[in-house]
Amino acid sequence: MDFFSAMHSGLVSAGWPLWLANLVPPLVKALILLLFILLNCTFLIWMERKVAGHMQRRMGPMRLGPHGIIQTIADVVKLIAKEDVIPAGVDRWVFVLAPIVAFAPAFAVFMVIPFGPNLIAQDLNIALIFIAALTSFVVISFLMAGWSSNNKWSLLGAMRASAQLISYEVPLVISVASVALLAGSLSLQDIVRAQSQSFWYILVQPIGFLVFLTASLAELNRSPFDMSEAEQELVAGYNTEYSGMRWAIFYLTEYANLITFAAMASTLFFGGWSGPGLPPFVWFMIKVYFFIFLVMWIRWTLPRVRIDQLMDIGWKGLLPLSLVNLAFTGIYVLLR
Amino acid sequence: MAEIATRDEQLGVRSEELFVNMGPQHPSTHGVLRVLTRLDGEKVLEAEADIGYLHRCFEKIAEKRKLFQVIPYTDRTDYLAAITNELVFVMAVEKLLEIEVPPRAQYIRFIMSELQRIASHLLWFGTFAMDLGATTAFLYAWRERERLLDIFEAVTGARMLYNYLRIGGVRNDVFDGFEATVEKYLRDFEKRLKEYHDLVTGNRIFEVRTQGVGVVTAEEAIAYGASGPVLRASGVKYDVRKADPYLVYDKYDFEVPTGQNGDCYDRYIVRMKEMEESVKLVRHGLADMPAGDVMGKVPRRIKLEGDTYARIESPRGEVACYLVGDGSDQAYRLSWRSPCFVHLQLLNIMARGGLVADLIASIGSIDIVMGEVDR
Repeated sequence: MDFFSAMHSGLVSAGWPLWLANLVPPLVKALILLLFILLNCTFLIWMERKVAGHMQRRMGPMRLGPHGIIQTIADVVKLIAKEDVIPAGVDRWVFVLAPIVAFAPAFAVFMVIPFGPNLIAQDLNIALIFIAALTSFVVISFLMAGWSSNNKWSLLGAMRASAQLISYEVPLVISVASVALLAGSLSLQDIVRAQSQSFWYILVQPIGFLVFLTASLAELNRSPFDMSEAEQELVAGYNTEYSGMRWAIFYLTEYANLITFAAMASTLFFGGWSGPGLPPFVWFMIKVYFFIFLVMWIRWTLPRVRIDQLMDIGWKGLLPLSLVNLAFTGIYVLLR
Repeated sequence: MAEIATRDEQLGVRSEELFVNMGPQHPSTHGVLRVLTRLDGEKVLEAEADIGYLHRCFEKIAEKRKLFQVIPYTDRTDYLAAITNELVFVMAVEKLLEIEVPPRAQYIRFIMSELQRIASHLLWFGTFAMDLGATTAFLYAWRERERLLDIFEAVTGARMLYNYLRIGGVRNDVFDGFEATVEKYLRDFEKRLKEYHDLVTGNRIFEVRTQGVGVVTAEEAIAYGASGPVLRASGVKYDVRKADPYLVYDKYDFEVPTGQNGDCYDRYIVRMKEMEESVKLVRHGLADMPAGDVMGKVPRRIKLEGDTYARIESPRGEVACYLVGDGSDQAYRLSWRSPCFVHLQLLNIMARGGLVADLIASIGSIDIVMGEVDR
């Protein structure tokens, strides 16, 4: 973080007013994070198509660039160039706002994710609560999109999404709470440090991790829990009426959330950036991409569960399991 | 609905049922099926199929064409099992004209229709898995079907709409090395079938999505006139190949798989087992295929007189053709029985009381081809 404090003092000595100088480093950080998200999402969309392709005995995109690597960029250009359609009969403001409401929190979460020992935008001491709060925002955007679209499929998708996200929020937060209990801190940076000094928490939290993984898949709206956009049932769910850039932003949000999930999984259970030999950032990215691949693997293998079964799994399976896990973690911490 | 009203009163809320038009443009209605659906939240109160979007006046056209010109039209009814449709039509004509079909042609028809059954069931397996959200299984099934279509192409010159069967036989003999090619395919296919079972059958999510979903009792199935895998999944051991043997089916012993519960899972299992039986039948056919002509003696001037009814077991069920002649060389009337049309009437029984996802699973489990429903 030396770079940013140097930037700040440099600007002050160059005669900038203090408030403006205070504003610049965070903005630069935000830009860097935005760039990180955009680059990774671009890559992830290509990777998803490649993973899906190779799992299904196809090649995936091959035409643009070596192995189709710039396919996504071409897609983005196409999406930007598309006509901005707002269907008749939609609730205009809500319709326009929904993608922004989806993306903004997904982006803000990256502020507290530790990419390395010093590589973090803001080491918040309540990072876990911050993340839990912001990720649940997604449900509002789904509801906004589904309601404003004036389309029955969208509404059904939004209803499913809200039911699903609200019920999976609970086991997710409880499973994360057991990790916080182990580390004795809510700061992600502290959690990683605690693990690098002892061991990866997956060793004592296997159940917690499984709950976290399952609940996250539901939170991410990924298969087998992709209820809200179940193509075969609801056409495209909440974003049926969206096209062009607005649709692309929903897509971007989905992948940004995927990175967040992978970062959380590696930070909370697999020691985050800590690891032997390689630089911390590289370790972090390896772990993140491993989990992203895992999620893609699951998506292209399993059928989709039904909405009532999803609720069953959440309330009757994951919730008790996470509570039991929390209790045992408490006992473990006491005896440690 | 009274049910909704009482619930609203208990909870002190006001809710309405939702009317949703599922289709004709919808990813899972397998073509242009429109389902008028009344929903209570996610629960299906009623699902009524609205058909006719693919109607092409097949039966009327068949009255206005020479008999051999009708064969390509039969391809286009159930386009996923074209050979079996051609078969039922030429069988009806042959029955009426009392034409003798040479044994080699019989065997070629027999082998081709069993291979067709495998191809059709493969496509069904893929789309059914996809309806449940498992996209990968679809492309796996596509891979095997592709090789099968290659074989069809080598024999008939076309991949889907063959126009291969003729009144009195088949258009041309199979290519040299046909037996070896098919046998190699069957060996690979048996391995792949195991792979499909590994991928889908034992999957817990797949089981809970299909077991007890879309139940049709044996009584209902019989009352509606269901046939094929839909009927057999309900526990009725009825197969036209056994009940009214045609071609050379009476020479071979084969299993007619049945289910007990009549749910989507049983329909799945029945079809998977049928593929295994088809493999056996094709092997028998290859071993016993005699040499000789592939076209029988057909009179130059055809005079259709009287009426006849021919039926066969297509991959989807009992396809039948009622043919009336008035002494000319054209059909006076041709009536087509298509199993999908019958099975579609069962949709409401299957879907009522389930969720939207179950409705999709039910449509998928019927193995519906809209070309056959509308004709």
